[in-house]
Order: sequence, then C-alpha cells, then structure tokens
Amino acid sequence: MAVPVQFGVFSVSDITPDPTTGRTPTEAERLEAVVTIAKKAEEVGLDVFALGEHHNPPFFSSSPTTTLAFIAAQTRRLILSTATTLITTNDPVKIAEDYAMLQHLAGGRMDLMMGRGNTGPVYPWFGYDIRAGIDLAVEHYALLRRLWTEDVVDWEGRFRTPLQGFTSTPRPLDGVAPFVWHGSIRSQEIAEQAAYYGDGFFHNNIFWPIHHTSQMVELYRRRFEHYGHGSAEQAIVGLGGQFFARTNSQDAVREFRPYFDVAPVYGHGPSLEDFTRMTPLTVGSPQQVIERYAGMRDAVGDYQRQLFLIDHAGLPLSTVLEQLEILGGEIVPALRKEFATNRPAHVPDAPTHASRKAARDQAGTDVLAGVEAVEGLR
Amino acid sequence: MTTRTLAVVSAGVGQPSSTRLLTDRLAQATTAAVRERGDDVVLEVIELRELAHDLTDNVLTFFASDRLQAAKDTVAGADGVIAATPIFSASYNGMFKDFFDVLDADSLAGAPVLLAATAGTARHSLALEHALRPLFAHLKATVVPTAVFAASEDWGNGGQVDGAIEGGLATRIDRAAGQLADLMVGAPVRRPPAASTTDTGPAGRLPDPTPFEQLLRGT
Repeated sequence: MAVPVQFGVFSVSDITPDPTTGRTPTEAERLEAVVTIAKKAEEVGLDVFALGEHHNPPFFSSSPTTTLAFIAAQTRRLILSTATTLITTNDPVKIAEDYAMLQHLAGGRMDLMMGRGNTGPVYPWFGYDIRAGIDLAVEHYALLRRLWTEDVVDWEGRFRTPLQGFTSTPRPLDGVAPFVWHGSIRSQEIAEQAAYYGDGFFHNNIFWPIHHTSQMVELYRRRFEHYGHGSAEQAIVGLGGQFFARTNSQDAVREFRPYFDVAPVYGHGPSLEDFTRMTPLTVGSPQQVIERYAGMRDAVGDYQRQLFLIDHAGLPLSTVLEQLEILGGEIVPALRKEFATNRPAHVPDAPTHASRKAARDQAGTDVLAGVEAVEGLR
Repeated sequence: MTTRTLAVVSAGVGQPSSTRLLTDRLAQATTAAVRERGDDVVLEVIELRELAHDLTDNVLTFFASDRLQAAKDTVAGADGVIAATPIFSASYNGMFKDFFDVLDADSLAGAPVLLAATAGTARHSLALEHALRPLFAHLKATVVPTAVFAASEDWGNGGQVDGAIEGGLATRIDRAAGQLADLMVGAPVRRPPAASTTDTGPAGRLPDPTPFEQLLRGT
C-alpha cells in the first residue's frame, strides 16, 4: 500500500530485566513477544516492523530474516525490515540470498537497512577488523547490488573470496531488488553511499540532538541531488523515534522513569527531563508526542519513514502493546494528517515493492516507446 | 594587533581551589606576556566542576549539553590553552580526563598548551611529566617546555631554599607564561570547528564528504 510516510516500530531485540520487578524474560519469551508486537503493529494500522541484528547477549536477534519470514506468514499488509542488517560482517552473498528468499516469501513486503555494527568483537568473531568498517560497507554493498541486479556475476575484491560465474538465487521478486536504506548516525561516508546509489538514508536519531540529525540528512540530500537522482527534496529519508505515552502526561513520566533511569545506553546518565529536551524521546500525552514528531520535518524536510523504538529497556509486553494501541490509534493518524499538509507534490511517497516495480515497468515502457518512436521514423 | 583567545581549563574540586588560584596566576602572566609581545588577549575560563554532570552525561551518551559544547568549542578555537588539574592518586583527576576524552578528535592538534598541577606536597610534581604530558602528546598539542607545579608550600615561601629566588613559583609561572605567549603570538589565529554539535544550536552545514567514487576505488 502506497503511503507518503510509512510509520512503524523497530526492535533492537534486547533482553533487559524489568527494573520494576527484577524479572528477565527468556529468549523464547522475547522472541514470541516480538512476533506479537509485529502482528499488533499491523492490527493497529502501522506500516512497518523492523528488527535488529546482533551477535552478542543480551540480544536475541542474530538472524532477522528467519523471524521476519515467520511474521510475514502471519501478516498481510505489514512491511518487514531490519534495524539493521550488518553489511560489514555478513557475507554479501548470504545477504543477497537470505533477503531475496524473504522478499519472495513476503510477497515483496520487505526492505532492509544496512548498518555497520558498533560492537568491536563482532568483527573479529566473523573474521574482520573494525578499522576496515567503512571499507567493508562500501565493498560488500557494491557486490550485493550486483548480485541482485546482474544474473551472472564475476567479481573480485579485497575482503571476500572471488566469484566466477555466480548466480545468486532466488533472483529478486519480479526482477526488482529489495529497497535498501543505509543507516548511520555519525559516518558521513554512509550518507554519501546512500546518496551515490539513490538509496534511502535512515538516521537513527533516538539518542542524538536533532541538530545533528539535521546536518546528516542535509548532507545526504545535497549529495543525492549531486549524483543526479532528483532534487534534494526528493531524497528518501527515514528517522528513528522514541516515546512513552499515557493519556495523562504525569502518568507517562511516573511509569516510564524507572525504565529510563536504568535503560541500556542512556541510563544512569542525563535526567529524563534533560534527555527528553535534548533528544527526540518524548514522554507525555499522545498530543505531546504528536506535536514533537510533527516538528521533525522542520528539521529534516518532508520524509518517508518514521520508526519508533517502543519495546526496549525491559518494558513488559503488555505495556508495549498498550503503547502500540496509542501509537496506532491516536499518534499516527494525527501525524499522517500533519505530514500530508503542505507536502509538495514532487516529494516521493515511501517506496514499496509495488511502486518500484511500477516505476521499473514505466521506465521499460518509456524505453520501448523510445525504440518505437525511433523505428517509426524509419 | 591581533586578539588572541586564551582558554583556561581548571579541574579544581574545591571552591575556591588552589588549582584555580594557580590558573589565575598563569592566566594573568600569560595575558601580560602576550600584550608585551604586541597582541591582545581574551580570557575564557572553564571551571570543570560546574560541568561535572554534563561531562558524565557526555561520556555515557556521546553528545554534549549546550554549555559543555560551548566549553569544548572554546577550547577547540583557542589560540592558547592552560590546562590545570589537582593531582589525585598519582595523576590528573577524573573530571580533567573526562573533559579531554570528550573533546572532538584533533581539537587540540597544534594548539599551544601550558600544563599545570597542584597537590599537597611536591612529591607529586612529576605527574605533570608522566601523566599530563603524554596525554597532550596524544592530543597532538604543542606543549610548552615548562610545566608548572604548585605544592601547598609554594604558596608560602615560594619554594625558596636559603633565600634562593631561582626556581620559585613566581619564576616558573613567568617562564611558562612567556613560553606560551611565544607560541601564541605570530601564529595563525585558530578558529572553532565549523560544525559543532550543540543540541539546539543552528544547523551548520557539513562540508562535502569524500566522493563515493574515491571510497569505491579504495576498496
């Protein structure tokens, strides 16, 4: 389904004790919870569910395509994505194969987000060096693209054994490669990579001041135009987000604070009040969340995807499902209206398999029409 | 006449602290020495004690509060820096290290820096040489040869033995200040980085990145 802006949730797949009870969910419970969350996301009218990839505790999601295919089988509309797929330490051949499998099984309802991964030991565990992170992302992705767009690939590079006469199977559904987002917080090379290929750029701004996000997105948009994919306003941008909402804003603060105070990443650091001022985290009423996120396009321009992190820091599944009700029931409908207001016609809708297939077919028709026109002159 | 920015970073814990007392003396002497050499000075004093929580937050979250970012930008754009810490457990204190840990890479590259430290006794004086000087070598700063250490006793007799003036605290302050002024005057004026990351400040444009064709060729 084509929409101007896709809204959804993403999970980093952390297994964190609930600080209010001290209880740590099992891997099985969290895996099951993530499937429940994804199905709920579709039920409440969201567009996207994205899952992370990690290779160390306390995370469970080492193999996102398995989980995403399982979810695809139990949903009908939801787009399955990643947050992120490790382009550095995975074999690009295996990424090409795994995600093409997912694309077929999900009927095209998928895309993926490339990330480098910032856990130092994962690189040596997979036989790589973190100092080559950018080089790995550049080379691996260049190969991945060829594997999806060329039927037979001969290839030689620095990091992987060469390929002669290799065909990655299955071939992309309808001959259209999965859409790719490149996720990066600080690395300008990755914004440049997204711009070079005309792919999407996702800034996971949840732990960052919006000023920094503006700079990175502006860089990507400027370079997208430089590489001739369209005007800067036509670049494909996604943002992260984080909120905790209750009808009464004081209730939201009271309920979320124990989770905030000890949360992985920012716990034991800034106060909830400072952190909500400095980053997009919004803890309050649905209206406060709507106002905060309606303002995002002032910082980054009209954009295509907004994903929220809602299931981390030990929040119990029942609470996450309530947050999804509020997100789908109140926040997203209001944001869809806000974002539709004064959205310029030349800003593209969020990409889907159907829209990309149609664009490819249209381009093909144009080529044929061109050939016929030329032949007509003879 | 060029106006030079002199940034003073004091990691003193008490209020007032003897570290701040020492940095004030060093700042005065450096200001006078720069003026003697024909330039003017704007003094910027950064008391890390006031930024202690912001420093911890920056260490944990990787971004700075407005006021910490302002301090980082001040140091990054200064023509000269006086960095002073009390000696705790044989080295600089934690606030001092946190501040230089969260400075953006290369902020101090080539910057003239005067190192100073205080402690209860002179037995800690070599911490300047075995702890602070290697830290600033890592930061690629140009550190003046004279590092100034003040023990409690220096605030009394100036460290004089049998009336000898040479080597007293005042002498060391003047020598170090002269060395810092020599490096500041005549050097190109330093500027803060174009695009810093304050949390609410105006969005400065990032410069164009390395072109992707070049990144591709690199692989």
